[in-house]
Amino acid sequence: MLTLKQSRRLQTVLIATLAWLVALAIFFPIFWMILTSFKTEIDAFATPPQLFFTPTLENYVHIDERSDYFHFAWNSVVISFGSTLAGMLLAVPAAYSMAFFETKRTKSTLLWMLSTKMLPPVGVLVPIYLLFKDAGLLDTKTGLVIIYTLINLPIMVWMVYTYFKEIPKDILEAARLDGATPAQEIYRVLLPIGKGGLASTVLLSLILCWNEAFWSLNLTASSAAPLTAMVASYSSPEGLFWAKLSAVSTLACAPILIFGWLSQKQLVRGLSFGAVK
Amino acid sequence: MKKPLVLSVSVAAAIAMGSSLAIGATTVTIGTVNNGDMIRMQELSGEFEKSHPDIKLDWVVLEENVLRQRLTTDIATEGGQFDVMTIGMYEAPIWGERGWLEPMKDLPADYDLEDIFPAVRNGLSVEGILYGLPFYSESSMTYYRKDLFEQAGLTMPERPTWDQMRDFAKVLHKPDQEQYGLCLRGKAGWGENMAIVTTLANSFGARWFDEGWKPEFTGEAWTNTIEFYVDALNNYGPPGVSSNGFNETLALFSSGKCAMWVDSTVAGSFVTDPSQSKVGDQVGFALAPKQVTEKGAGWLWSWALAIPVSSDAKDVATEFVTWATSKAYSQLVADKFGIAAMPPGSRASTYANADYMSAAPFAAKTLESMNNADPADSTLKPSPYIGIQFAAIPEFQSIATQVGKLVSGALAGQMSVDQAMKSAQSIAEREMKRARYY
Amino acid sequence: MSISTVQDGVSAVSAPGPTTVKADRQLHNRVGLLTVSPSVLALLVWMIVPLAMTIYFSLIRYNLLYPGDNEFVGLENYYFFLTDEGFVHGALNTLWLVGATLLISVVAGVLIAVLVDTPFWGRGIVRVMLISPFFIMPTVSALVWKNLLLHPVSGVFAAVWNFFGATPVDWFAEYPLQAIILIVSWQWVPFAVLLLMTAMQSLDQEQKEAARLDGAGPIAIFWHITLPHLTRPIAVVVMIETIFLLSIFAEIFTTTGGGPGYETTNLAYLIYSQALLQFDVGMASAGGLVAVVIANIAAFILIRMIGKNLTEKA
Repeated sequence: MLTLKQSRRLQTVLIATLAWLVALAIFFPIFWMILTSFKTEIDAFATPPQLFFTPTLENYVHIDERSDYFHFAWNSVVISFGSTLAGMLLAVPAAYSMAFFETKRTKSTLLWMLSTKMLPPVGVLVPIYLLFKDAGLLDTKTGLVIIYTLINLPIMVWMVYTYFKEIPKDILEAARLDGATPAQEIYRVLLPIGKGGLASTVLLSLILCWNEAFWSLNLTASSAAPLTAMVASYSSPEGLFWAKLSAVSTLACAPILIFGWLSQKQLVRGLSFGAVK
Repeated sequence: MKKPLVLSVSVAAAIAMGSSLAIGATTVTIGTVNNGDMIRMQELSGEFEKSHPDIKLDWVVLEENVLRQRLTTDIATEGGQFDVMTIGMYEAPIWGERGWLEPMKDLPADYDLEDIFPAVRNGLSVEGILYGLPFYSESSMTYYRKDLFEQAGLTMPERPTWDQMRDFAKVLHKPDQEQYGLCLRGKAGWGENMAIVTTLANSFGARWFDEGWKPEFTGEAWTNTIEFYVDALNNYGPPGVSSNGFNETLALFSSGKCAMWVDSTVAGSFVTDPSQSKVGDQVGFALAPKQVTEKGAGWLWSWALAIPVSSDAKDVATEFVTWATSKAYSQLVADKFGIAAMPPGSRASTYANADYMSAAPFAAKTLESMNNADPADSTLKPSPYIGIQFAAIPEFQSIATQVGKLVSGALAGQMSVDQAMKSAQSIAEREMKRARYY
Repeated sequence: MSISTVQDGVSAVSAPGPTTVKADRQLHNRVGLLTVSPSVLALLVWMIVPLAMTIYFSLIRYNLLYPGDNEFVGLENYYFFLTDEGFVHGALNTLWLVGATLLISVVAGVLIAVLVDTPFWGRGIVRVMLISPFFIMPTVSALVWKNLLLHPVSGVFAAVWNFFGATPVDWFAEYPLQAIILIVSWQWVPFAVLLLMTAMQSLDQEQKEAARLDGAGPIAIFWHITLPHLTRPIAVVVMIETIFLLSIFAEIFTTTGGGPGYETTNLAYLIYSQALLQFDVGMASAGGLVAVVIANIAAFILIRMIGKNLTEKA
């Protein structure tokens, strides 16, 4: 019995060690990026790469002098939250309908929605650019909100749909017999029950919007440019740039990374896509 | 769940308000490259706004490739997002001919247009009409390490030949000490590897197109060029050469890993700056190497500020453009950042300035290289196009991008030189046919 | 309103009569149609307007650098796209990229999810570290990998190779596609881990314990209990990742630019280079449509293979 217990403990130690090693390996690039952002440019390009050095804030000071970080960050925040909100407003009713008023066409509609995501964005850049120009949407946050909403809508509808599918229909029937309108059904019944799933849908949409770099670079100039555009202004300039690039990357990723860490529990609990019983 | 929702509601309200903030000043949106000189210009924009309180400058700074696609999309669709565009010597004549750019005329007398090098002015003009004002310009030259040459008992001639370069590289290549004989660009791209490869080809007697616009990649001159390039770099070049562009190579040279390097004259101010370079006081300069001819051995490029016809603030934009390319601006840079940081290669007066010539050890060779470059006559055999390291036709960008990929493929050993040249030939013929040249 | 009051409502009301049910059905169908239509309409517009324009552009000669010269050319653009030297490479590389990344992320995802399923010291931190790459912008991760890690002179990998006396590998020249797959996998393995970790939480521990008491080894338990439990989430991982991986672009753009040669050109990159390097909108439109057709074939196959797992539920 004792030996069994001992072997169990040994097993746990082994698993823990292995898990830590894997996690450190996967996290290493991010760690290294943050570390490099505190090096001087000469240190950043030294061979062999240095683990110990005198840290400096000069890269951050330089970035602060050159670009208005909070302008870009604010645009990222507005665009991500704006399009997530718009996406949820469209996705929840659609998913409600698909989950509770299923017809023959529901499944094919859902799959068709997903297939719209497979169109390579660059193939439609020129048409979209022309449309945006005529609508006055170039370099506006509204324009990017519209694009991101449409890009992420299929995934959002699908996610919400799978959560709604898990809710027993009886509950809705009951509310309906109490005289609830569809809006009330969604608002009073489905949202409270499905909030775990909805929260992870929101999180995923935020992450995808924050990191999208094709449309944000091509449809904005200055007033609506988000953080992805700021990163692009520091990638491969003349001269040594490794340290400054690391600093700007750290700044661009930090908000969403911290946000992701804080909501990690929620993501792990809710990101099931209805795939789990 | 609640928090994001509340946040997003307030955020949505902010979207509605954000875009309608009216500002009294005219806004000029400037699209520019993230090169050192442009970043200095951005840092000095406060000075301009101080003297022009009714003008506000908005900067869009992007890396070269992204900027180029961004600007081209905008100008070709008349998007009107930019009031000032930073374009090169390749775009200026093509866009000018299309009528997309405002002609630069009626410039103030103190601007002194005659002071700008004629080759640069011609490169930015179509039929005598100037379409952009040069911010800075460059040719190419040879950089070498004086200390290493001395140790090995070698001397660098005024203008070496490529064969000599290879012989020097053989002696100085010591990979076990992380010292590589010859560094050149290898990263695919018409503005990256094809710039050096084309000047190399020019000096080997090759040309992009013959008089009938037929490409000549399978000819002897081109084959010799690429064979030399692949052989020299694979034997005496740094590891990873096929992904090194200008910046990567600059970093290698600055950290003391290259004995020789042939590249843009603007690198002079970086490799001699002790805060960015480990070898600051050891750099020697020579003209770009020749082989069978000196013609087209060094390239000519200029970054110019131009105003698109679709801009809605042309007058104000003109005011900015003339400010940023003026003599007074050069003086401002000299006062703020040191005299060696003056925008190089555009104005004769910069090189007539004794302080600049003594503060910038690379200036004499830069001037000589600029004077040697002639975009109208850059090949041994006659050619129908203008441009040294490019051909100023719209198809060039597309063809050279693909040929650049093939050359880097040959350099990386993914295909043979013959194979790469055969593909290059068929791609170029195809594109020219598609563009109805024949 | 809370769940308990709803449930009170359920018990309070007796079964409705047949007539009300029928009237209800009609009303419901209308409601169903009404609520689904905003999304469907939005996506329809999103699909059809650019699609119509793309089809039109693909049939004319349209180069941004030659304004006004827009004659009808029939299928010439398609001919030039399909006979482009990069097309076959692009299609094959797309397949490789998607296939290899899927394989890596599913296998690594399952193994990691199983590994961190048992509680141990610092599991929370380990989890956070494991999923972090998913939050990083694709452009940033490509830049970091290219310049800080895989760089053959100053990169971390080169230092490790040197430490063991080996010659550093020039990744983007010698193993370009593999290097891209490595970067893309680094971003997408965490997504698989995230999903599969979630799924592991609902694994029936008693069943596992019972199997163990019956003398089943850990491998047998993994094979007969854990893996079957994970099939559905694996299908979800495959589906979602395929959608994103088919149009991988930023990672290639920032690292290799599709080269050397055509080694890392996928269809998305090929279309990009036609649209924005050659400004040939006509050919890029044709290419975009070809890519849509290919993507839909892929989607059709995928749905045939795993679609049941995705839509038929509960």
